[in-house]
Amino acid sequence: MSITEVGQQPTLSLRGITKRFGPLTANDDITVDIVPGRIHCLLGENGAGKSTLMNILFGLLEADEGEIRLGETSLKLTNPKQAMAAGIGMVHQHFMLIPVFTVAENMVLGHEPTRAGMLDLQSARRKVRELSARYKLDVDPDALVEDLPVGIQQRVEILKALANDATYLIFDEPTAVLTPQEIDELMLVMQSLRDEGRAIVFITHKLREVRAVADDITVIRRGKVVGQAEPGTSEGELATMMVGRSVSLKVGKTAADPGSERLVIDHLTVASESGAVAVDDLSLTVRGGEIVCIAGVQGNGQTELAEALLGTMTPVSGTVNLDGADITNARPARSIKAGLGYVPEDRHRDGFIGEFSIAENLVLDNLDGFTKFGSLQLKAIAENAIARIEEFDIRATSHTQSVNSLSGGNQQKVVLARELSRPLALLLASQPTRGVDVGAIEFLHKRIVGERDRGTAVLIISTELEEVESLADRIAVMYRGRIVGIVPPDTSRDVLGLMMAGVPHEDALATMKEATHE
Amino acid sequence: MSTETGIIVPEAASPQRIESPEAKAQRISTSSLVTIVGAILLWMAFTVDGSGTIALSDAFDEVQLPSIEIPGTLTVAICALLTLAAGIALFTGRLPRWGRTVAGLVAGAAVLFGFLAWVAASSTLPFTLTSQLNLTLAYATPLFFGVLGGVLAERAGVVNIAIEGMFLTSAFTASLTFSLTQSFIAGLFAAALAGVLMAGVLAFFTLRFLVDHVIIGVVINVLATGLTGFIYQQLVAKDMATFSNVRPMLPVAVPGLDQIPFIGPILFNQRPLTYIAFFSIILVWFLIFRTRWGLRVRSVGEQPHAADTVGINVISTKTSAVLLGGVFAGLGGAYFTIGSVGAFQDNNPTAGNGFIALAAVIMGRWHPVLGALTALFFGFLRALAQTTKPMQLPIPSDFIEMLPYLATIIAVAGLVGRVRAPAADGAHFVKSH
Amino acid sequence: MSETRRPAWLQSTIITIASLLLAFLVSAIVMVAADAEVASKWAYFFSRPGDALSASWDKIAATFHAMWVGSVGSWGALTNTTREATPLICAGLGVAVAFRAGLFNIGAQGQAMVGALFAAFLGFTVKGLPIFIHLPLVILAGVLAGAIWGGIVGLLKARSGAHEVILTIMMNYIAGSILAYFMLQPAFQAPGRADPISPVLEWSATMPRIAGSSLHLGFLLALIAAAASWWLLERTKFGINLKAVGLNPNAAATAGASVSNITMITMALSGALAGLAGVMMVTAPESLTGSPPQMTGTIIGTLGFDAITVALLGRSRPLGVVFAGLLFGALKASRRTMVTMAGTPDKLTDLIQALVVLFVAAPAFVAWLLPFLKERKPKKKMTPEGLVAGA
Repeated sequence: MSITEVGQQPTLSLRGITKRFGPLTANDDITVDIVPGRIHCLLGENGAGKSTLMNILFGLLEADEGEIRLGETSLKLTNPKQAMAAGIGMVHQHFMLIPVFTVAENMVLGHEPTRAGMLDLQSARRKVRELSARYKLDVDPDALVEDLPVGIQQRVEILKALANDATYLIFDEPTAVLTPQEIDELMLVMQSLRDEGRAIVFITHKLREVRAVADDITVIRRGKVVGQAEPGTSEGELATMMVGRSVSLKVGKTAADPGSERLVIDHLTVASESGAVAVDDLSLTVRGGEIVCIAGVQGNGQTELAEALLGTMTPVSGTVNLDGADITNARPARSIKAGLGYVPEDRHRDGFIGEFSIAENLVLDNLDGFTKFGSLQLKAIAENAIARIEEFDIRATSHTQSVNSLSGGNQQKVVLARELSRPLALLLASQPTRGVDVGAIEFLHKRIVGERDRGTAVLIISTELEEVESLADRIAVMYRGRIVGIVPPDTSRDVLGLMMAGVPHEDALATMKEATHE
Repeated sequence: MSTETGIIVPEAASPQRIESPEAKAQRISTSSLVTIVGAILLWMAFTVDGSGTIALSDAFDEVQLPSIEIPGTLTVAICALLTLAAGIALFTGRLPRWGRTVAGLVAGAAVLFGFLAWVAASSTLPFTLTSQLNLTLAYATPLFFGVLGGVLAERAGVVNIAIEGMFLTSAFTASLTFSLTQSFIAGLFAAALAGVLMAGVLAFFTLRFLVDHVIIGVVINVLATGLTGFIYQQLVAKDMATFSNVRPMLPVAVPGLDQIPFIGPILFNQRPLTYIAFFSIILVWFLIFRTRWGLRVRSVGEQPHAADTVGINVISTKTSAVLLGGVFAGLGGAYFTIGSVGAFQDNNPTAGNGFIALAAVIMGRWHPVLGALTALFFGFLRALAQTTKPMQLPIPSDFIEMLPYLATIIAVAGLVGRVRAPAADGAHFVKSH
Repeated sequence: MSETRRPAWLQSTIITIASLLLAFLVSAIVMVAADAEVASKWAYFFSRPGDALSASWDKIAATFHAMWVGSVGSWGALTNTTREATPLICAGLGVAVAFRAGLFNIGAQGQAMVGALFAAFLGFTVKGLPIFIHLPLVILAGVLAGAIWGGIVGLLKARSGAHEVILTIMMNYIAGSILAYFMLQPAFQAPGRADPISPVLEWSATMPRIAGSSLHLGFLLALIAAAASWWLLERTKFGINLKAVGLNPNAAATAGASVSNITMITMALSGALAGLAGVMMVTAPESLTGSPPQMTGTIIGTLGFDAITVALLGRSRPLGVVFAGLLFGALKASRRTMVTMAGTPDKLTDLIQALVVLFVAAPAFVAWLLPFLKERKPKKKMTPEGLVAGA
C-alpha cells in the first residue's frame, strides 16, 4: 500500500468557496476540512449545493471566490487532471462511464497507455486485474459496461477513482442505486479505505448512512454551511439542521380500508427495447383505498412495468384491467381516459414540457376539457392554473411562468396537481419524491395518502426504502421483472434487502433468523 | 475489506431474450419487403427471353477476357427464388442472429445479381462488368471522402449534414487554385483548407455557440451555394482564361498490377484521389479504433461528461475530429473538379453527393469501413444508371437513377435494423453543476 | 430579475435586425473583394486610397440602390415582391410548422415539385371549366400531392424512427427524377417541343391578378394560410400537442399525445403547404406577358432551401414567416435590376440570404460579435428557492 502511515498526508481544505450560476448562489462561503484517515459526511438536501462543491474540488467547475489548500500549499484546480494529480478521486453520482466501452477502456480513459503510438489495451487489462485483486473488487476487464448491473458499474467507478492512487476520495450519493446489503458492503469498503489512511468525503442526504460511518459531519443548507455535528447526533437533530426546522419523518396516515379490486395485472410480460425480458409474467392486484409500493433496486423492470401500464410500451403477453376495462394494449390517451393518473419516474424527461407555462402543463393531458368549438379556452386554462397553484402550494410568480424555471419540488407539484385534478381509478407514481426537498416530500406524501382515502387505488414505485416504509399499506418487492413477494409495511429492512436481491420471503426470514441466532 | 460477506450479489446479467412488439413489427416489415422484392424479380424473370451477355473486359483492355452468356429467365428466376426464400426465412423469426445475417446477405446478393442478369438479358448489347465496376469506383471516390468527414465528426458527437457544403466549397477552391497555380498539390492543399474552414464554421457554431447541428449544417450548405455561386459569377465567369483553366487529373495505372486480368483495369487504373481515398479509409479506421486520440474522440461522442471528469478537453477533442473530417471532405470536394472532370461549373457540380455520403455514414453504422462499403454500393447503383443508359432497357434510366435514393430510404427506414448513433451525437456539451 | 431583462421578443427582434445588417455588411465586403476591377484598385490603396474607396463605395451603392428600385421602388416592383414572396411564405410556413413539431423538413423542394407537377397537369389538360371550379381543383391537386409526398416521410418516420432529414433529402431526389421523367413524356410536353416544357395552362387555372401588376390572389391565400397556421398552432389541441412533441416527445406521449400520429399529420400538413407553394410557382402569371404560365423542369428552382431560410429567419412563427418571406421575396424581385443597373450577379441574393440565416441561427454569435447588444447581467444574489438547482 502506498499510504503507509495514517496521518502522514496533509489536510485538504476548502476555504470560503463561493460559486454562482447567474442569479443563483449555489455555494456561499463554504469552508470544509478533509482529513486523511477520516470519513467526512457532507449532509444536505437535494439542491443544497453539495455536488457543486465537490465538482469544484474535483476541478470540474471553478469557484468564483475562495481557495483550496493542500496542507500549506494553495491548489489551482481548473480541470480534473490537476485534481487527480493532487491525489483527489471521485465516485460520481451518475456514473461517469462510457456504456459502449469495456471496463478496461473506461479505466484508462484520460491517461491511456500507448505503445508505438497505438493504444495498449493489453496493459490496460493488466491494470484492471491488478487493481481488482488489490482491492478485492471483482470485475471483468473485457465486459462492456452497459452489460453490467449497476452494482458492478459502481465498482468500476470506484476502481477508476482508485486507479491513480487517490488519497482524497469523494463519494457523491453512492447509495441511491444499491440494495441495503450492497450499501452495507459499500460502507465496509469506505471504512477500510479510511483505515488505510485515505480521506473519504461521503455526500448523502440519508441520515441513517451518516450515522453509520461518519467521523465528521458538515451540514449544508441552501449553499451555506449551517454547522458541524458529532457522529452520535440523533437523526431527528440532523434532519432539523438539514431542513432548518423540525420535520416529521413519518407520514400521518390511518390504516387502509381497501375496497374492491381496481387494478388487476395478470401474467404480464414486457420486453425492453433491447429485447430482454424486463417484466416477467407478473401478476399484481391493487384495491381501491390502498397504497401498494413496489420496492426494488433500479433496473429490475419497474420502468417497463410503469410504461406498459400507461401504454408507452406494449406488453408481449398478459392483461391489464382497470375497473374492469381492458387497457392492456391501450395507448396512453385511452389509459388516461380510463382513469389512470401517472407520475413518471423522470419528470424532466416524461413529466412536463419545460418550455411550456405552468398553465399549459396543468391541462396537457386534458386538452379536450378546455376546448370549445375546436378552439382552446385560454381563460378557462388560466383560471384552472390559478386554482391549482393555490391548492398545491406551487411557488411561482405567475401561471405564465415556464415550468423549467421552478424548483424540483414545485415541478413535481405541477405534475401531481395535473394528475390529481381528474377523477382517478388508479394513481401510478414512480419515484414521486426523487430529487425533491423535504418540505415538498411531506406535502406530496400527504396528497398521495389523501388520494388513497378517496378510494383510489395507488401504486407507488420507489427505490427509496424510507419512502416505501412510510407510504405503503403493502410492499411488493420486485426483482428481475418478477414480484418476489408481497409483505406488510413493517417488514424489516434486512428482509426487504434480501428480497430485493431475489431471495424469496420465507428464505429471507429464515436467513435473518439464523443470523440473529449466531 | 471484503465483498465475501455472504451476500447475494446479482451475477452479470444474462437475461433471457424475447421479441418486443417493436422488434416483431420490424421483422415483419423487413421480411415482407424482401419477399415483395423477390416476387417482383420473379415477375421480371418472365419478361425476358433469350440470354444475356456480361462482358468481363471492354474493348480497350489489353487482356481480353471472354464474355459470359447467361440464360436470362433461368438466372433471374433462381435469384428471385433465393430472395423469396430469404424473405420467408426472415419472416418465420426462427433464425439465429448469424442466420439473419446470412439471409440478408443472400437476399442482397441475389437481388443484385438477378437484376444484373435481367439487365443483360433485356438488351442486345452486352453488359460490360469491367466498366461498370470501374465507374463504380469513380462515383464512390468522393463518397469515400465524404463518409470519412462524416464519420469523424459524428463519432465526436457533431452531426455533419454540411458535407455537401464542404464538397462544394472545396471543389470551387481547388478549381480556382489550380487555375492560378497549375499545381495539383496546391489545388488539393487549398481544397483541404477550404474543407477545414467550412468544418471550422460547423465546429465553431455548434461547440462555441450551441447552435443546433442540423440547422447550422443546412445553413453551411446554403452558404456554400451562395458563396461559390456569387464568386463564380462575379470573378470567374468574367475571365475564364485566368480563373477557370483546369486540366484534370487522369487515371494513373499502377505498373504491373494493372496487367492483372479483370481486376487490374478496375482497381489499378484509377485517378490519384481514388488511391488516396483507399489509404484514407484505412488511416481513419486506425485513428479511431487504435489510437489514444480515437478512444478520446469516441468517448466525447458517447458521454462527454464522463470524458470531462477524466480530464479530457471535450471541446478541443471534438474540434480536432471535426476539422480532420474537413480535410477529407475537402479532398472529396476536389474530386469534383481537378480530381476528375476539370474546371468548376456553376451548375451544382456536387449534385447531392454530400447527402448520399451522410446516408452512407448512417447505414455504415458510423464505421469508416462499413461506411465506405455502403458508399461503394451507392457508387455501383449510380454507375448502373450510366452503364445501362445506352442499353435501351424497358425501364427508363430516370428510374434507375432513383435507386440509390430508394435504397437509402429503405435502409434508414429499418431494413438494416435500428442503428445506434453515438449516444451524444448532436448533443450540446455544457459543463453542468 | 425580470425587471432588468429585456422581454424575449424585443431581444430577438434586436438580434434579427442586427443579423440583417451584418449580412448586408459581410455581403458588401465579399462583393467588393470578389470584383476583380475594384479589387485591383485596392492593390495601390496606400498610394491612392481614394480610388479604392470610391470604387468600392460606387459598387456597393449602385447594387443596393438597384435592389431598392427592383423590390420596392415602384408599384410594379412592390407587386413583384409580393409575387416572389408568395411561394416563399407558403413553403416557409410548411417548414416552420414542421419545425415546431421538432421535424426538420428539408423536403419542401420535392413536395413543391410534385405539387406543381400535378397542379400543372390539371391546369393544361382540363379545359372549359369556369375559374371558380378549375382553380380550386388545381390548388387542391397540388396541395394533396404535396401532402402525400410529405406524409410518406411522416409515415416512415413514425413507423421506423428513421431521421426525417435523410428521408426528405432522398424524397427530393426521387421527386426530381420523377419530374425529369414526366416532363419528357409527350403528355406533358408542349406541342412540337422536345425540352421539358409543358403546354400553357388554361387561364381558368391561374391566379387572377390586378391588372398591370403582379399582385395576384395567391398572395392573399398565402396570408390566409399564415393566419390559419397561427390559429392551429396557438389555439387548438392539435397545436399544443404538436409543440409539445417538438419540445419533449416523451412528456407529450406520457400526457396522452400520439407522437406517431402527430408526426404523420404534421409532415403531411407541411408537405401540403409546400405543395401549395409549388402551385403558386406554376399558376402565378408573370406581370407583363400576355400568355398564361407553363410548367418547366426547373420551375421550382431552389424553393425548398429558400423555404428553410424563410422559416429560420421567421423563427418558425407564422407572422415571422410572412415578414421573412416578404424580405427574401424583395431580394429575389430585385435580381433583374441588380444585373441591369449595377452589373452585379444575381447570385448576390443567395449569398445575402445565406448570411442572414447564418447570423439568425446563431443569436449567441451575433451577441458575441456585437457585445453592446447583450443585456447587462443581473448581479443580484438569489437563493436556490424558486430556481432550478441542478446540484
